[in-house]
Amino acid sequence: MTSPLARASRARQEVDGATGVPAVLLLPALLGVLFLVLPMAALLIRVPWSSLGSLLAEPEVRQALRLSVASASLATLISLVLGVPLAWVLARTRVRGRAVLRALVTVPLVLPPVVGGVALFLALGRRGVIGGPLYDATGIAIPFTTTAVVLAETFVAMPFLVISVEGALRAADRRFEDAAATLGADRATTFRRVTLPLVLPGVAAGAVLCWARALGEFGATITFAGTFPGTTRTMPLQVYLALQTDPESAIALSLVLLVVSIGTLLLLRDRWLMRT
Amino acid sequence: MTARSVRAGVLALGVLLTGCGGGTVAAEDPADDSLSGIVVVFAAASLTDVFTALGERFETANPEVAVEFNFAGSSTLAQQINQGAPADVFASASPAQTQAVVDAGGIADEATVFVRNTLQIVVPAGNPAGVSGLADFTDAALTLALCAEEVPCGAASATVFEVAGLTPQPDTLEQDARAVLTKVELGEVDAALGYRTDVLAGGDRVEGIDFPESAEAVNDYPIAVLAEAPNPDAAAAWVEFVQSDPSRAVLAEAGFQLP
Repeated sequence: MTSPLARASRARQEVDGATGVPAVLLLPALLGVLFLVLPMAALLIRVPWSSLGSLLAEPEVRQALRLSVASASLATLISLVLGVPLAWVLARTRVRGRAVLRALVTVPLVLPPVVGGVALFLALGRRGVIGGPLYDATGIAIPFTTTAVVLAETFVAMPFLVISVEGALRAADRRFEDAAATLGADRATTFRRVTLPLVLPGVAAGAVLCWARALGEFGATITFAGTFPGTTRTMPLQVYLALQTDPESAIALSLVLLVVSIGTLLLLRDRWLMRT
Repeated sequence: MTARSVRAGVLALGVLLTGCGGGTVAAEDPADDSLSGIVVVFAAASLTDVFTALGERFETANPEVAVEFNFAGSSTLAQQINQGAPADVFASASPAQTQAVVDAGGIADEATVFVRNTLQIVVPAGNPAGVSGLADFTDAALTLALCAEEVPCGAASATVFEVAGLTPQPDTLEQDARAVLTKVELGEVDAALGYRTDVLAGGDRVEGIDFPESAEAVNDYPIAVLAEAPNPDAAAAWVEFVQSDPSRAVLAEAGFQLP
């Protein structure tokens, strides 16, 4: 749908492109790029290319990578199922205390992840508020399992998705929803048939951000899930452990994580995100 | 307002997590007038409580000097020093990590072993799982924590299991001794192997159980002034202070063995 507004904004972008970037913005922008890219470039320079193949063929590494990708994907799935409706509530309803609610659900963004891990213990651990009764009744303990990894990653990563989707919902044109409502659609139908397709690029962007954050999660995972090969030792934990004894292999492992992250971001960007 | 409430919440949690009381301080050593500035001490995580207490005493004795600590796993600290961290003193939980700094040219003088530490079985208060010895670590039904073999306490743990001829069934391999202790304190594991000093530091929340094989894996703690120390005089004074008789009494009280 090419509205006059969208056409105008595209025309403005083209004009900006023609006149170039003002120096007052260019210099800080270049410094910003340098600051963000230089450490990664330094990592690439130090990669032990000759031994890279044998390092990456180690079963422990492949195991950690598989666990990381699987748990980050599961965490993203849970975040989508719970986070999109949550974002809708934050963006579309007028519940009292909504500002407080938004602050509460985004606390994991600013909370040190290690503190998040301890908080998860206090809630879901064997002696936790919920985990305690669960353990007493069924003998099921969540910490130190792959489930704990997924939960820790979800706790830390879901707010990224909620914020992205909420932003997309606020930016979306409400008139389509109003029209649907006028035509007799109830709110659930409107959400499913009108709102969701409208904000899908925002949801995809949020999901990618969420996945990337989950993939790199360290603090909450090592605290709440511990670290054991195959069940809870994800790539970031493997990198940290390798750093203790063998910095070379830690660098190689970091490269893998870097390549997987960038590859996924590029792939998804081509698929979905260009539309935003 | 929300930003402030978030900050308050984070602060409250932080206080909860770090809330352990400091003891009273008594001045004893005569002040050395020539010392001033900041002395930065990189010390093994297992020295956290005892060095913090000694730091207060040192500052009382030397009012012009401020002691700043960086507590972490010894291998992490050795890495940081070799990467050029501005430290004055390195107190490591393992000679291997001190040697790593010596090899990189970071220590010129001889490092001295100032304390030794041994392992103990750590269980939550009341020992709910009824753990009695090293053999319980082969029980897959129990939730067990050990240090990873890559860090000093893990290397010591591997030694005692080898001596005992047992294959442990841990659920998690932690990155340092304090992380192990935290998991026992929270009651999330049934038993763990930790340092005797950590068991004492854990207070009422944990109990320690001795086992004979611990004598086979004694960890030496070397301390040394670093070659690039920004404040070498105060650094030397700290190293000397830590080995003084009053300090040795504090270290012994914390569960360390004295060489």
